[in-house]
Amino acid sequence: MSAFLKLLARNQLALAGLIVMGIVVVLALLTPLLPLADPDVTNTPARFTPPFSEGAWLGTDHLGRDLLSRLMWGTRLSLAVGFAAATIAATLGAAIGIISGFYGGRVDNIIMRFVDVLMAFPYILLALAIVAALGPGLMNALIAVAAVNIPFFARNIRGITVGIAHKEFVDAARLAGLSDAKIILTEILPNVLPVIVIAMSTTVGWMILETAGLSFLGLGSQPPQADLGSMLGEARNALITNPHTSIVPGVMILIIVMAINLLGDGVRDALDPRLKSGALNRPLPATLVARPAGYTAPAPDGEAVLQLAGLETQFHVGRRTYRAVGGVDLQISPGECVGLIGESGSGKSVTALSIMGLVASPPGKITGGSVFYKGQDLVGAPYERLRSLRGRRVAYIFQDPLATLHPLYTVGDQLIEAVRCHRNVPKSEARAHAIELLRAVRIPNAADRVDSYPHELSGGMRQRVGIAMALANDPEVIIADEPTTALDVTVQAQILTLLDDLRRDRGLAILFITHDFGVVAQLCDRVAVMYAGRIVEDGTVDDILAAPAHPYTKRLMACVPELGGGRRRLEAIPGLPPVVDNLPDGCAFADRCDKARDACRQGTIPLDPLGATRRVRCIDPELQEASA
Amino acid sequence: MSLALKLTGLTKDFPVGKRLLGPPRAVVHAVQPVTLDVETGETLGIVGESGCGKSTLARMLVGLLPPTEGAIEIEGEALNAANPAEFGKKIQYVFQDPLSSLNPRKTIRQIMDAPLKNLHGMAAPARRKRIAQIFAAVNLREEFLDRYPHEFSGGQAQRIGIARALAAEARILILDEPVSALDVSVQAQVLNLLADLKTEFGLTYLFITHDLAVVEAVSDRIAVLYFGALVELGPAERIFNAPRHPYTKLLADSAPVVGRDLSAPEGKETELPDPLNPPPGCSFAARCPRATERCRAEVPVLEDKGSGVAAACFHPLEG
Ligand SMILES: Nc1ncnc2c1ncn2[C@@H]1O[C@H](COP(=O)(O)OP(=O)(O)OP(=O)(O)O)[C@@H](O)[C@H]1O
Ligand code: SF4
Ligand code: SF4
Ligand SMILES: [Mg+2]
Repeated sequence: MSAFLKLLARNQLALAGLIVMGIVVVLALLTPLLPLADPDVTNTPARFTPPFSEGAWLGTDHLGRDLLSRLMWGTRLSLAVGFAAATIAATLGAAIGIISGFYGGRVDNIIMRFVDVLMAFPYILLALAIVAALGPGLMNALIAVAAVNIPFFARNIRGITVGIAHKEFVDAARLAGLSDAKIILTEILPNVLPVIVIAMSTTVGWMILETAGLSFLGLGSQPPQADLGSMLGEARNALITNPHTSIVPGVMILIIVMAINLLGDGVRDALDPRLKSGALNRPLPATLVARPAGYTAPAPDGEAVLQLAGLETQFHVGRRTYRAVGGVDLQISPGECVGLIGESGSGKSVTALSIMGLVASPPGKITGGSVFYKGQDLVGAPYERLRSLRGRRVAYIFQDPLATLHPLYTVGDQLIEAVRCHRNVPKSEARAHAIELLRAVRIPNAADRVDSYPHELSGGMRQRVGIAMALANDPEVIIADEPTTALDVTVQAQILTLLDDLRRDRGLAILFITHDFGVVAQLCDRVAVMYAGRIVEDGTVDDILAAPAHPYTKRLMACVPELGGGRRRLEAIPGLPPVVDNLPDGCAFADRCDKARDACRQGTIPLDPLGATRRVRCIDPELQEASA
Repeated sequence: MSLALKLTGLTKDFPVGKRLLGPPRAVVHAVQPVTLDVETGETLGIVGESGCGKSTLARMLVGLLPPTEGAIEIEGEALNAANPAEFGKKIQYVFQDPLSSLNPRKTIRQIMDAPLKNLHGMAAPARRKRIAQIFAAVNLREEFLDRYPHEFSGGQAQRIGIARALAAEARILILDEPVSALDVSVQAQVLNLLADLKTEFGLTYLFITHDLAVVEAVSDRIAVLYFGALVELGPAERIFNAPRHPYTKLLADSAPVVGRDLSAPEGKETELPDPLNPPPGCSFAARCPRATERCRAEVPVLEDKGSGVAAACFHPLEG
């Protein structure tokens, strides 16, 4: 709640709206206690007294009634009617929306068609029709305004409810024996309530305006009772001769509606979860770089097409610093496939994204190390340089293909765009190439599918399109972040073979991120194991899989069941990986390692060579130099 | 041995392209007639690829979806889907996504209370005692009870999901991909916990997953689903070592295994069947190296092929 208020206060317009609205509401509440003249007593001799006169600050109207008093009472009434209408509309609309969204099917279909029809009429026309049927009067105006707003609420709340009704916790509640009524009240309603509040705060202003409109036309409050609309209506004839009678209620309506709408927008934005994580602050085109002063890059290795040297990436969130990548060294030669393996949160993705400066900034920052592409340091390189390499020389494949596909263009158009963006070929040739790419990633019926939109494809097919996009410009390096994790084994086998062929035929270098040792074993030449932002062991796949040297590698391998192993109990690792904002001294694995001793918890444990091709970050590795 | 579950000709069709009035435009056969017995105390693994009908089958078993045809018997009694309070005491479900199966606006205690209150009508003191017992059984601390779901890691949330299923005192649990969303080190913790609970409470498990290695490690028998139909059923130790159905073999050959070379076990041109326009004969025929004319015309039924294995295939592998 306090976080919400803070977010709201950060939006200055909303804050202004809140303050103005607060003052208006307090005044309206206090009206009966204030020493005001009776608003309904006519005093014709004193009609049209100008403002700032003795005894009538805002003057009097055509019947000599005190305008200040009428304004206060009128505001009070208008606010009350507006809020009442909003509450009624929200309650009924939400009820209809929830029932429609929860039950779905025919009920939903019929209700929503009806709502569509209602929404097709202009608001005020519908309200007029209702008042015409019920007869003029403030109560009837309230009913009319509430009624015309019900469809708006019903439609919005239905959309939210449909999403929630398909959540697994609703199924779980059903299995716990809850009736439909209880599920609606205790599972659905608490989750849609914030949306109802937002919808109310953004519409109550319009409802006040609509009620005023009806009163203006003489269909709302009846004389002598004052509300803002009827005051305007009565002042209409004196608009030219005595404009203050119109200006007084008019300005008040303006103030109220503006304040409420500013506040409503602020409430909506403050409750938007994307805002909290800072995602609406547009990220920079490339990750910020803040290497220590006097940083000198090490000499790059000649053979590697891509080399990371001491790469460090941090996230600064509030007062915390997450050391997501804490000094990673890695190199990949042409035609080589290097696996990067580790559990969730170990920093694999951030490592991958840091390479092309794709980590969102803020909150991300590269705080040390270098990334060499063919010997050239990309950390701190001009954005133009990164952009020319992205997608053309170094391509990414992500786990979530929707991140790379635009929902509003066909996959064919996106592939053609990707091809033509770096190469000047005629459209027909690019299209043929697109179909060829889709065929290469085993999209059934590629010639037809090229005209599909992303949402028309299954998850597996979308991923294959994602791979086709990455291949579109014959890159030299592919960084694949768990590209097959969401896929079926038969599809995975196809895609792994495809990547394997590509690197053998075209000399593609691949950085393959995964948490599956089987995949690493089949595809990769070398593997690096990551834990809490650091590499704890690397070497050739054959060596490491045959005899892991780091206790974490060994235990991670042991807890994964392997096909053909039969029925058995698994060797679980107790505890959880550490959170990287507060890493302990020494070995990050110490709390879960059964070989941990005092020396493990001191200083920084280096990634030391073990034998010719292997490196291990452990003071007591599972095998010694001689046997490595 | 008594039967925990007996499925007879269980079928589910989904209409697609519904119209306001009148019949739908087309029908997808999500689950084709499944006949299956599960013995008390058994762990039956169900494997298959995405969209093969695993979850649809599972949701019918707990009454979340009404079957189009066929019957479900739980511990000798027909499932009465109209009354969740009855079958909820016998069969429960553990969901794939541990966090989305917990209402974000309820405390863990409120979540745990629901089955005890609604299924068993327990009073508050009795509930408190029972929750303490279950939490001890799943290795969760009682201080978690007053927190909200977002404060938990995936592994902890999944333990809470399991605890909720146990609270209903059901003896049959449908585990729908219970560890797929978890990290490997946590996955092993949860699998071991499930094994312990099974012994402790004498549970029967239906373990649904797409991970062949996991299903092999936990199951007594394994059923393989393809395109909504049961294509092979047999003892866990045989099914991937000596597959009889060509699809089971394809699955086993596709799984990434340390020490086996990478090779796509299937050509690039094969097409997956279209659910809206299913092939007339065996649904695997287009991908099957052994397919003959007969396969493209007739639908094979699941029948015994010896040594406890049943397969739906005209030309089964030697095994
Ligand atoms: N935008 C962000 N803001 C703050 N912290 C972040 C952000 N992105 C990642 N992190 C943190 O960085 C660390 C490493 O995350 P990363 O995504 O690299 O892990 P991963 O190894 O790829 O995990 P997974 O297997 O789940 O994909 C984590 O502690 C994560 O919480
Ligand atoms: S350094 Fe110590 S705690 Fe860390 S893995 Fe090695 S033995 Fe275990
Ligand atoms: S029935 Fe024929 S097509 Fe189907 S799996 Fe058996 S051999 Fe293959
Ligand atoms: Mg990741």
